Amino acid sequence: MPDSSGTAFLAVDALRKSFGPVRAVENVAFTLRRGEVMGLVGESGSGKTTVGRLVLRLVEPTSGRVVFDGTDLGALSGRQMRRVRKRMQIVFQDPFSSLNPYQRVGEAIEEPLIVHGLRGERAQRQERVRELLSLVGLRPAHAGRYPHEFSGGQRQRIAIARALASEPDFIVADEAVSALDVSIQAQIINLLRELQQSFQLTMLFISHDLGVVRYLADRTMVLYLGRIVEMGPTEELFAAPRHPYTRALLSAIPDPDPDRRRERIILKGDVPSPIDPPSGCAFRERCPFALAACAVEVPALRAVTPTHSKACIRDDLH
Amino acid sequence: MIRHVARRVVYLLPIAVMTSFLVFSMLLLLPGDPTFALLGETATLQERAALRTKLGFDQAIPVQYARWVGHMATGDFGRSLRTQEPVADMLAARVPVTLELTVLAVLLAVVIGVPGGIIASLKRNGWADLFVSFFAMGGMALPYFWAGILLIRLFALKLDWLPPSGFVPLAQDPVANLKLMILPSVTVGISLVALVMRQTRTSMLEVLSQDYIRTARAKGVSRTRLLVRHALQNALIPVVTVIGLQMGTLVSGAVVTETIFSLPGLGRMVVEGIFTRDLAPVQAAILVIVIGVILVNLLTDLSYAALDRRIKL
Repeated sequence: MPDSSGTAFLAVDALRKSFGPVRAVENVAFTLRRGEVMGLVGESGSGKTTVGRLVLRLVEPTSGRVVFDGTDLGALSGRQMRRVRKRMQIVFQDPFSSLNPYQRVGEAIEEPLIVHGLRGERAQRQERVRELLSLVGLRPAHAGRYPHEFSGGQRQRIAIARALASEPDFIVADEAVSALDVSIQAQIINLLRELQQSFQLTMLFISHDLGVVRYLADRTMVLYLGRIVEMGPTEELFAAPRHPYTRALLSAIPDPDPDRRRERIILKGDVPSPIDPPSGCAFRERCPFALAACAVEVPALRAVTPTHSKACIRDDLH
Repeated sequence: MIRHVARRVVYLLPIAVMTSFLVFSMLLLLPGDPTFALLGETATLQERAALRTKLGFDQAIPVQYARWVGHMATGDFGRSLRTQEPVADMLAARVPVTLELTVLAVLLAVVIGVPGGIIASLKRNGWADLFVSFFAMGGMALPYFWAGILLIRLFALKLDWLPPSGFVPLAQDPVANLKLMILPSVTVGISLVALVMRQTRTSMLEVLSQDYIRTARAKGVSRTRLLVRHALQNALIPVVTVIGLQMGTLVSGAVVTETIFSLPGLGRMVVEGIFTRDLAPVQAAILVIVIGVILVNLLTDLSYAALDRRIKL
């Protein structure tokens, strides 16, 4: 269970990132309590991955702040930042390219221990590597193999073991299961959930797969064109989405029951260019409920209940 | 490992036989008559025919080749027709010169080319990168003889920092030897330096854009460790390949360069031998070069096992 004392373990405020003329992330703000899992959903190009990397300062923000357990990451020098990295780790999407092909997996897992000076002795470190490998369901004897000798699912287990090596308390999982086939996905999701629970990890779980997010996340936020359009407790958000975009997304989840009739919202057009987004609400051109007023200004993310907020001016829907 | 090396060496034998036969017979098929060099212009036809019979030039090529190989197997490389010097002695004196020249050129390529390429990749599109790209393009386009002449003009004739030509054995006077070898090795090495620089830059850029570099950064790996352990180690594999493949070119550069700088190496031995139709030294020298290039290729292959740790022999 997440820490209920209400203090923010991770606080993100007014985060912006532009790549040249492309405004990838606009005014993103959220907080995470210790032990909480936040789902981050959105289409390709919505800025999910950039948010994840900004939070870890793997890319520098254009503006805004990330405060991690009381430390403003933007104020840290490179050396200080590297020290914080042992507490915040990431599992990348592609388990094929995110491991150095010339490094034995045991060494890849051991490296965080070396660079952060954890578990001093070589023998102790290797014991820890074996421990981590069995933790993620691999055989300790696999430490001497190279990444190409493993399947995709096994590599993602290795990536998770590597991320856990330095005993972080915060993990970003960036589409950590998207590259895997469905049966393997379930194994990795369960593994992530078990590990999250047993180590009380705080997690930002980035995915375009709503079903996976629903299964893992305590709270979920929806990103559209770099902005949060809705954020709330996962169950609430899935049961009663407040933003038209969230509703459209949820209606696109395939339903295994062919007899059930349900509303299916088909959006018009494509995601607009992040170089030249529409005025006002970026979603208005595709929104079935758009009004003239939607073009006037960017709707602010505001609370509709104490825990649930949306960025839409229409309160008359439902 | 040992078995693998042994097998590779055995594979080399047919290659060595084929190339040596080609070299041997092609030289015999060259127009011109070695008896002119020995007897002069005025000798009679009978005198020439007698000499040819005496030297065995009237026999079929395969027979001559078999005799040549037979002699070599006993360590007899023949004699120079012109100077009567044993070819084995000539090789002993000349191989070290060419070897030194090529080793120095490769050394230059590694010492200048690799760091240059790294800097260029890290300062992509900066002035250092621009300079490296410019130098690489120019260096690869510069013919050996032209580069050699320019270097002599500038450093020997105008600035008078280095001697323009000549040779002193390394064992006799290392300082004088190195002074004399600087300009030739730069001449031979310039295009290899350029190539290595470009290759290092390209493969560093490629590796640096890989996802696992980002993974390493996320781990909190320091910049030095990131560059050396994750980037450079992986980027060097294609660089070694390029150096290995260029060894043949390097030897042909040595032939030209030795002539320009009057170095008594294998290259000049070949050139002089061809001009005077003194075939025994040419055949032996080319055979040595061919075997040398084959061996370097073998070494390159073996070095992959050291660099690419995934390869187990």
